[in-house]
Amino acid sequence: MAAVLEEVTAAGDPGQAVAGRSPWALAGRQLLRNRLAMASLALFLLIVVACFLAPFYAKHIAHVDAFANNINGTTIVNGKKVPLMEAGGGTLHLGVTPIGPTWDPAHYFLGADSQGRDVMALVLYGGRASLLVGIGSAAIACLAATILALIAGFFGGTVDALLSRIMDLIWAFPVILLAICIGTELLTSSNGLQFGPIHIVATSLWLPTLIIAVIYVPYVYRPIRGHVLTVINKEYAEAAIALGASNLRLMFSDILPNVVSVVIVLFPLMIATTIFTEAALSFLGVGVQPPNVSWGTIISDGQQLLYTRPIVSIAPGIMIVLTVLALNVLGDGIRDALDPRAKLRVEGQ
Amino acid sequence: MLNFIIRRLLWTVLVMFAITLLVFVIFFKTPGVDPARQIAGRNPSPQVLAEIRHQFGLDEPFPVQYGLMMKKIFITRDLVSYSNQGQKVIPEIAAAVPATLSLVVGAAVIWIVVSISMGLLAAVLKGTFFDPLLMIVALIGISIPVFWLGEVVNLISQSRLHDTFLFSWVPPLGYTPLTQDPLQWFKGLVLPWITLSVLYIGFYARVLRASVLEIQNEDYIRTARAKGLTERRVLLRHTLRNSMITYVSLFGLDFGALVAGGVLLVEIVFGIHGLGYLAYQSLTNLDLPVIMATVIYAAFFIVLASALVDVAYARLDPRVRLT
Repeated sequence: MAAVLEEVTAAGDPGQAVAGRSPWALAGRQLLRNRLAMASLALFLLIVVACFLAPFYAKHIAHVDAFANNINGTTIVNGKKVPLMEAGGGTLHLGVTPIGPTWDPAHYFLGADSQGRDVMALVLYGGRASLLVGIGSAAIACLAATILALIAGFFGGTVDALLSRIMDLIWAFPVILLAICIGTELLTSSNGLQFGPIHIVATSLWLPTLIIAVIYVPYVYRPIRGHVLTVINKEYAEAAIALGASNLRLMFSDILPNVVSVVIVLFPLMIATTIFTEAALSFLGVGVQPPNVSWGTIISDGQQLLYTRPIVSIAPGIMIVLTVLALNVLGDGIRDALDPRAKLRVEGQ
Repeated sequence: MLNFIIRRLLWTVLVMFAITLLVFVIFFKTPGVDPARQIAGRNPSPQVLAEIRHQFGLDEPFPVQYGLMMKKIFITRDLVSYSNQGQKVIPEIAAAVPATLSLVVGAAVIWIVVSISMGLLAAVLKGTFFDPLLMIVALIGISIPVFWLGEVVNLISQSRLHDTFLFSWVPPLGYTPLTQDPLQWFKGLVLPWITLSVLYIGFYARVLRASVLEIQNEDYIRTARAKGLTERRVLLRHTLRNSMITYVSLFGLDFGALVAGGVLLVEIVFGIHGLGYLAYQSLTNLDLPVIMATVIYAAFFIVLASALVDVAYARLDPRVRLT
């Protein structure tokens, strides 16, 4: 996936836009005209709103506690009271199988999982956690990478060499393995993360967020650093240096505004990547920890019901596909809007 | 060339050193973590713990511990597993490599063929209805989590449609070595190959289409057309060859990462006991020797892959010098 980000290294140099309108306004207008991207944005926002209304859905529509074990519960199908766990499901007709989809939002719309919990409510709650972890870790990774890239590009020399080598080292390792290493250690064997006065318990959503943020820093760092290096050699940066601007002023007033477009292009694509990673880690049991649920943990829990009640695994998977697809299309749209090279390419055809 | 090889070797050693040190620190030196306790199992007595510490050299200072483990991996090659007493680690890894290689190489063949056809077709058909259609298909491929796709494939091929003519040939989950039964090997790997390649097909088709479109505007393409070359020759010899430069460098990195264990999700879903599976098992058991050995293997493979990428890059683009 690294390459998704490599593709966009040449993004945004707003300075080349037509004089008179601000480059941001131009980019915004082009994005608004991109109907596919706007539809994706709408879909993404719809998913976000629906997931954050999970408590409302659970309380007022489904009338369930999404997290409570409810094996002995009952629900109503076609006006008749039926148990949540039907006896004798599966190929061997042994044990119990949770009820399947009833397609009635008030009574287990998507059926129940192995603990008798409402799958629809779980998927919404899970989406909340997945989105929080995904957006949070993408934001942290982008922020940290931008700061590091500014420092590396600005000071150059030893600082740059050192930072870039460290990033190369992290890069030289499959992200998923690195994340599992850190995740196993922090989530399962010790009691969360203890770092000086800061203590994060293992069940907190912060832990997967931070782990995923850390492993993706190099992927954001590389393109941004490249861009900082080109900006710092531009005439306006030289002019600012000649005017005697302080280091901080140079970094934040002259360079940062000119690399922000790269970060904006990367951000939605990073969220797509981090949501993917969160799902994979949670699927393996080293991401979001119970009692929290995420799309990844629901898929993982649904594995044992895969052949009898596949909806438990399929529903969260479809949510991941829709969310990531929307983010990818939106990310493409933003890149097209902010990347003048893409404009040239279209005109040249 | 010699200079290049020496530099790459030094970098490989550095990467391996840094990665092993990092993993070692994560698993041995995180506050509140005691490897002896992990080896001993539930509620060990203090005497047992002390004995285990001594037996595994955990009472030595940190650099000595690290050195001991490296010595067991590289020199005496007799590192044993913690959780599975007596199991030698290095043969275990050697046994897992063929499964991973079979899976990744097969998937790579599929994704190269399909993504190049898709990318070229989309670029050639730009302006028609097919280009956006192909690219949306590619985007959907990129947006499907591979482990979920694997489960859906299993659901269909092992359960729902298993008794129909479509999937009755699919063997139960697992891996059959090529040397044991080539036909069974192939049957068992077809669906994992397809599952693994979906993401990469989408991704590489997009990369290739973008670079083909970019290169079509280059002066040398106009020159080639002006010389009177056929459109097919311009496309295959001039455009595609140059478009492959980006493609090859990305391919090498992805291939390396997959062989190095990045493929573990597919291996777990399809029950293929390859390297990723081994790495995952050892991580969940906190079986440190196996973790260290797989990590070293992985780092080596990735650095090797990136060196090969550079060589291929220099072959494709004579302007690039190996340094």
